Amino acid sequence: MPAESLIEAAGLAVGYGGAPVVSGVSFALEAGERLALLGPNGGGKTTIMRAVLGELRPLAGTLRVAASCGSVPQTERSRLDYPVSALEVATMGSLSRLPWWRRPGRADRAAALEALRRVGLEALAGETFGELSGGQRQRVLIARALVQDARVLLMDEPFTGLDRPAAERLEELIAALAGEGHGIVIATHDLEQARRWDSVLCVNRRQIAVGPPEQTLDREVLEATYGGAIVEIPGGGRAILPPHHHHH
Amino acid sequence: MRRAIVEMTLLGIAGGALGCWVVLYELSYAAESLAHSIFPGLVIAAIAGVPLLLGAAPAIVLAALAIAVAARLPGVSRDVGVAVVVTTMFGLGVLLALSPDSPPGIETLLFGDILGPTDADLASAAALVVVVAAALTLLHGRLLATGFDRGSARALGLSPALADAALLVLLAAAIVVAVQGLGNLLVVAVFVGPAASARRLSDRTGPMIAIAAVIAVLAGLAGLYLSYYAGTAGGASVALAIVAFYLLSLPLGRLRALRPVRRPLAEATIV
Repeated sequence: MPAESLIEAAGLAVGYGGAPVVSGVSFALEAGERLALLGPNGGGKTTIMRAVLGELRPLAGTLRVAASCGSVPQTERSRLDYPVSALEVATMGSLSRLPWWRRPGRADRAAALEALRRVGLEALAGETFGELSGGQRQRVLIARALVQDARVLLMDEPFTGLDRPAAERLEELIAALAGEGHGIVIATHDLEQARRWDSVLCVNRRQIAVGPPEQTLDREVLEATYGGAIVEIPGGGRAILPPHHHHH
Repeated sequence: MRRAIVEMTLLGIAGGALGCWVVLYELSYAAESLAHSIFPGLVIAAIAGVPLLLGAAPAIVLAALAIAVAARLPGVSRDVGVAVVVTTMFGLGVLLALSPDSPPGIETLLFGDILGPTDADLASAAALVVVVAAALTLLHGRLLATGFDRGSARALGLSPALADAALLVLLAAAIVVAVQGLGNLLVVAVFVGPAASARRLSDRTGPMIAIAAVIAVLAGLAGLYLSYYAGTAGGASVALAIVAFYLLSLPLGRLRALRPVRRPLAEATIV
């Protein structure tokens, strides 16, 4: 008997207020699967993630989320000037399991330290969050999701601004977490990266395609997703022109 | 004088601690708005001869509702809406204060009367400290997580709306209790100043709250002595002392940032 999907969406439309920002979203996320969420800024990637997290109600279609979801947002949106340590951020994950009158205790802090060890950052547990590098901040937020016991990780463009060693470290961590049975949704602009994962979901205000990368990422799909802003590189490669920066 | 010292200490503890969350949640403008909006309530209570609390409490509820509505009016920017409510209510208070019916000495509502706290004032200040301490201790983790990352709060089972509401209710109660001693014009100083100073001197919320409470008490007592011996207005003297502490915290904070930091050189590899 097949295991239950972690997330199942069918004909999902989501938006703010009355009008949908993205529609026709249908996909399933299984345990151990890495799903790349591809699309231009403003095309609905973040909106889909917010719907999965429960922040937005579906305007149409169905969305079944059978597992707890951890959010790993872009850290430029987190308060970099906040007086918190890496350990305190990781410990925040325990709040999802505590009733409102209970505060995180010693066991929760130990779990947070263990999660930091898991992502390779226990030596930096006492450092101020805002003083860590971009890649380190991403991993602290992953630790927060691990403390939350989240089966699903939703990562919003985690590779933005990372140098190559940091990006490779993050890729290894994502592969290891998938190997342990987590389902991971990663919004990214990096096609080569997406090709190495298990599935891709292309959206541009509506779902363009979903499936394994080799079968799904053909020229037609890419053009529909990125609006024709694709350039052929001499020598047989393709590049996507840098996306416009919308404010979400 | 002893009563004034006790009152000032209690207000300093509550104001300094709660003020840290006002600053971290960027509620300084909301605090300012709430404080000035209750002025007509204070004046009406003074004219009617009833305790100020009876005038301030309904005024602050009315003000909070009016501000909430004004901030959401279509076609009006949020700040403009709030400013209109605040200036309207404060203006109304001034009109009432200048009317022939108002009792003499009404300017103490604006400038504060820190030298003469009554038993009721002391009792309400003590109650405030207990409530604020209990609430902030209980809610610390949740306030920290929600303030740090509002967008992800829902995923952690937290509600940003409830966090905001809890802080605003505590703030409203604290303003109502503190306005008698510190005066309507400058009561906000005790919430914003010590916390801003403490932020320069610490990188963790625990120490920040403790430092803010200490600074608020010290500045409050300094203002108290200045007011007593130099005859200057109470609220203004405290506010000046708070500003002095803030100016002191700036170079001290910079010195802190220069101290050598022992940072581990290598990170563990992921296994």
